[in-house]
Amino acid sequence: MAMLEVNNLSISFGGLHAVDDFNLTIEKGELYGLIGPNGAGKTTVFNLLTGVYKPSEGIIRLDGVDITGKSTMDINKAGVARTFQNIRLFKDMPVLDNVKTGFHNHYKYSTLTGILRLPKYRRVENSIDERSMEILKVFELDSEADLLAGNLPYGKQRKLEIARALATEPKLLLLDEPAAGMNPNETAELMETIRFVRDRFDMTILLIEHDMKLVSGICEKLTVLNFGRMLSMGTTSDVLNDPAVIAAYLGE
Amino acid sequence: MRDMGNNTELVKRMRRKTLRGNLLNYVIVLGAYAILQTMVMTGNISSLLKGLLVPLCVYVIAALSLNLVVGISGELSLGHAGFMCVGAYSSAFFSNAVGTALPDILRFILAIFVGAAVAGLFGILIGIPVLRLKGDYLAIVTLAFGEIIKNLLNVLYAGIDSNGLHFSTKSAMDLGMEPTGRQIIKGALGISGTPKNSTFTVGIILILITLMVVQNLINSRAGRAIMSTRDNRIAAESIGIPVTKYKLLAFSISASLAGCAGVLYAHNLATLNTKKFDYNTSILILVFVVLGGIGNLTGSIIAAVILTALPEMLRFLNNYRMLIYAIVLIVIMLFNWAPAALDMRSRLRSRIFKNRGSGNGKEEEQNGNA
Ligand SMILES: Nc1ncnc2c1ncn2[C@@H]1O[C@H](COP(=O)(O)OP(=O)(O)OP(=O)(O)O)[C@@H](O)[C@H]1O
Ligand SMILES: [Mg+2]
Repeated sequence: MAMLEVNNLSISFGGLHAVDDFNLTIEKGELYGLIGPNGAGKTTVFNLLTGVYKPSEGIIRLDGVDITGKSTMDINKAGVARTFQNIRLFKDMPVLDNVKTGFHNHYKYSTLTGILRLPKYRRVENSIDERSMEILKVFELDSEADLLAGNLPYGKQRKLEIARALATEPKLLLLDEPAAGMNPNETAELMETIRFVRDRFDMTILLIEHDMKLVSGICEKLTVLNFGRMLSMGTTSDVLNDPAVIAAYLGE
Repeated sequence: MRDMGNNTELVKRMRRKTLRGNLLNYVIVLGAYAILQTMVMTGNISSLLKGLLVPLCVYVIAALSLNLVVGISGELSLGHAGFMCVGAYSSAFFSNAVGTALPDILRFILAIFVGAAVAGLFGILIGIPVLRLKGDYLAIVTLAFGEIIKNLLNVLYAGIDSNGLHFSTKSAMDLGMEPTGRQIIKGALGISGTPKNSTFTVGIILILITLMVVQNLINSRAGRAIMSTRDNRIAAESIGIPVTKYKLLAFSISASLAGCAGVLYAHNLATLNTKKFDYNTSILILVFVVLGGIGNLTGSIIAAVILTALPEMLRFLNNYRMLIYAIVLIVIMLFNWAPAALDMRSRLRSRIFKNRGSGNGKEEEQNGNA
């Protein structure tokens, strides 16, 4: 069974068909790329997958479960986590707490336990701290755990968003332009990290990216969007050599 | 890369820093108590200041509770005086209705619970429809609530006789009580004869409890959830946080703490009416929070104390009083908000505590970002 199966997904804003009859199948453990020119509808697909927008048509199945029309919160609980093209961190909270908040639905104690500082509070907090530091270490952010998230440099903020998403223990991770604003060194490092995350956490990853080096470097399969419609899909090399894709990119 | 040993060291350092910040607030409150209480016991206190001790506690609690909404959950409430009012009236009604049937201490403790519960309930009732909306609707609705509750209580008559409780919004006659019945709420005249159970010591204990609730909440799973909804609602949803639930939690806890402040207020006066719980008081509490630094609990305490005590202490200056008051407002604002002052404070802090000037987001860093 596919990890993600999207059939006939559509949404329009006013008269604009932002996403039209979109189909996508991602197998478990795949690293999948979603590419296309500016305004093609890529981020809108993410917003549909995560329940930020409700599709006017279509079905979304995660690991066989229909999640179409559910709330963003429930979709995350079902196993989809994401990052944002325009970074959305909890910037007035420490780096560590950004990740700890991601564990909200996995390590629990009641509000009263927290206020009264019952023994369970310390026990659970210790576990959350330990797990959060583990994840931060993967992204080499552990030594900056006590900084406010908003004070991190740009590239590290992007990494922290991935770390926070991973803390929700998703089945499917959606990355919206993870390398945007990074220099070539940082991008190369990020590629390693993404690959590592996939292997280490046995993760299925769908990413949007403009950086073709990153895309061709780590994605196994691609889907190309253009004007809200699917232009091409298949293995990375096939898609990148597809004349229609080349035309769309050159025609920009 | 650091190894795990350094990691736990870093986490421990963060915990110590938070703990130090929290303890500082308890120490400030207890220190002020020790000094003032010594002055009271040795008779070295003006009657003016003595009369201010309980109101100071009332406003400190109110400011701390509002900071939970404004600073921690990032919503605006313009009706916190309304929650104080509800807490004051419900508890005063309770104390008068019970009368001497219960020993003083027990009755007062129960009265505090009654005030907190009723105010909290109003918080939930207002929060449920409003907090699910995105935007500053809470400010408008709480503003309306504060005014409506005042006007309702102004026409409320209530009493007790052997048949139980009687309520009316028309007149005392309308209650239809037995001749032996006691009228407790008398319309615009309010409630009189409430036992004067509020003392400075009780006020301090309530401040400490408020601090414990707010501080421990902030540093818990629920607190992180609340702050995440403040910092970025969409991101919070995307990691599975039930945003409305946690906004509502913060708001109702805050309302019930404001209710406690109201209980303290009501049991300090011979006569309770709604005059004091108007729009101006709601704004005054907001001024404490903003001047003290949004999200900064120490600041709320200090601002509430200075700005409550000062106008009274400056009475001897007559006409210059408001001038000095305005200057103090400006100085506090500069000290709390000016970038240069923030810089200086964080440098001072790091020199004193020998740790990094960055970190836990409850102190001056947050003011800079707010
Ligand atoms: N909430 C909205 N209301 C109206 N139009 C929208 C909305 N969201 C997206 N659009 C429109 O839908 C189209 C697709 O936008 P989208 O953000 O998905 O593009 P994208 O492929 O992510 O582009 P980019 O590479 O620039 O990030 C654009 O024309 C955009 O203006
Ligand atoms: Mg986009």
